[in-house]
Amino acid sequence: MSDEDLPDPDSEPYWEGVASGELRYRRCGSCDAAIFYPRSLCTECGAPDPDWAVSKGLGKVYACSIVHRPPPSFRGEAPYAVLLVDLDEGFRMISRLSEGDPESICIGDRVQVVFNDGPDGLPTPYFIPA
Amino acid sequence: MSLKRACAIAGVAESRLGVVPDSTVLSLQAEAFVSALADAGLHKSDVDGLLVSGAWGRLPGLQIAEYLGIQPTYSDSTMVGGASFEFHLGHAAAAIQAGLCKVAVILYGSTQRSRADKYIFQIRSDLGYQYEAPYGLPTPVGSYALAASRHFAQYGTTNEQLADLAVSTREWASLNPKAYRREPITREDVLNSGPIATPLNKLDCCLFTDGGGAVVVVSPDIAKTLDKPPVWLLGQGESVSHAQISEMRDLTITPAARSGARAFEMAGVSHGDLDVVEIYDSFTITVLLTLESLGFCPSGAGGEFIANGRTGPSGEFPLNTNGGGLSYCHPGQYGIFLIIEAVRQLRGECDVRQVANAALALISGTGGVLSSNSTCILGVE
Repeated sequence: MSDEDLPDPDSEPYWEGVASGELRYRRCGSCDAAIFYPRSLCTECGAPDPDWAVSKGLGKVYACSIVHRPPPSFRGEAPYAVLLVDLDEGFRMISRLSEGDPESICIGDRVQVVFNDGPDGLPTPYFIPA
Repeated sequence: MSLKRACAIAGVAESRLGVVPDSTVLSLQAEAFVSALADAGLHKSDVDGLLVSGAWGRLPGLQIAEYLGIQPTYSDSTMVGGASFEFHLGHAAAAIQAGLCKVAVILYGSTQRSRADKYIFQIRSDLGYQYEAPYGLPTPVGSYALAASRHFAQYGTTNEQLADLAVSTREWASLNPKAYRREPITREDVLNSGPIATPLNKLDCCLFTDGGGAVVVVSPDIAKTLDKPPVWLLGQGESVSHAQISEMRDLTITPAARSGARAFEMAGVSHGDLDVVEIYDSFTITVLLTLESLGFCPSGAGGEFIANGRTGPSGEFPLNTNGGGLSYCHPGQYGIFLIIEAVRQLRGECDVRQVANAALALISGTGGVLSSNSTCILGVE
């Protein structure tokens, strides 16, 4: 998060959660779908204003790429492992392996969220092996 | 409702390609526009429809019409990444069928290589992208790499198989004098070209060039009056899925599954009827996933399908016969060049890379990060 217009009205509760050590998502009161990234309607049934919920932060790696040629502002950090994680509550998010050998993580591995400082110094969710 | 034979393609052209420092994003498009109209045997004053796409400029659809000195009464600036031009072809067909225009030009140009025009995949960190931005995923290659990682894990697909596609595509490029990279490469060259984002290596990735293209789409009554044989649109489908890779439900099935099914149904043809296939190759994995999603092979069998030269000039499945985005040119949004090559193949204009007796072609454009797809089936009869 580095844009000065952020957080925005959709994302403010999410980033507040991250700052207090919570991984928040939204859950539809009508059809029970888990919704991430958080938004103002249910992406399954269209019902407005889904509830906010807190994830346990446990999930499984769905896809993984080790970045060797990063965008300019991430130069010096490579190689690092970018992950798509399927959280146990039923939503998917993109993140990164927080530390350690990027080669050590595999698709299907269990992972756990941790909150570390992100590129702009603000708390950001990352993952470590569970 | 069908778009079958609603329009024909009457003219195609590229601008100069590769590295073209003595041009602007406007002049390159003008070059292609003039050449494509000449190819069709039509005049600027005949053009009443304009379909453009690009991330350059403030209002590209207005800026390019102004530069060309045309005032179209039908226009479309659909921007869904590199597939936009296959969307445009369907939209032009619908507009012509509805009587909204008779001669529509689909147009693209970019000087991203020489003049640092705003690159379409400029990293953004607002709205939905704020959840991706902190993690340093290089765009778009990182997203395609994630999809490749999933396909590898799920089906045992290998880097060797992807490399073979790059080698075959380069063989086609060696037969195309306009291709940017024509020197032969081997499987080992691809495997040793250096990792960008695993499992994708440098030679799994498309070129980064300047270039422009234009396609003249006309009504059936006009098509029949022109010198060159018309290339008919027989089927088209389009589908949009997501903007960010984290929102793609199954990384192994692209929006081509939906758009392809519609295109085949509309055209009333099946896979075995096709003579030549042009599939958007932003990355080697893009082709593999698109082939599977279009139903050319079962899910998971794409690696085997593209391996061992099957898609090259001496293989049994002629694919990306101009050398593709991997070896011919890739000026940011490549989709217009799929149309240009398919039309030339169907007209028999491809010299040493000509596929014999090509009468039916499929083109499939993919944009964004496996986000959008439009598939078109073209034929000369």
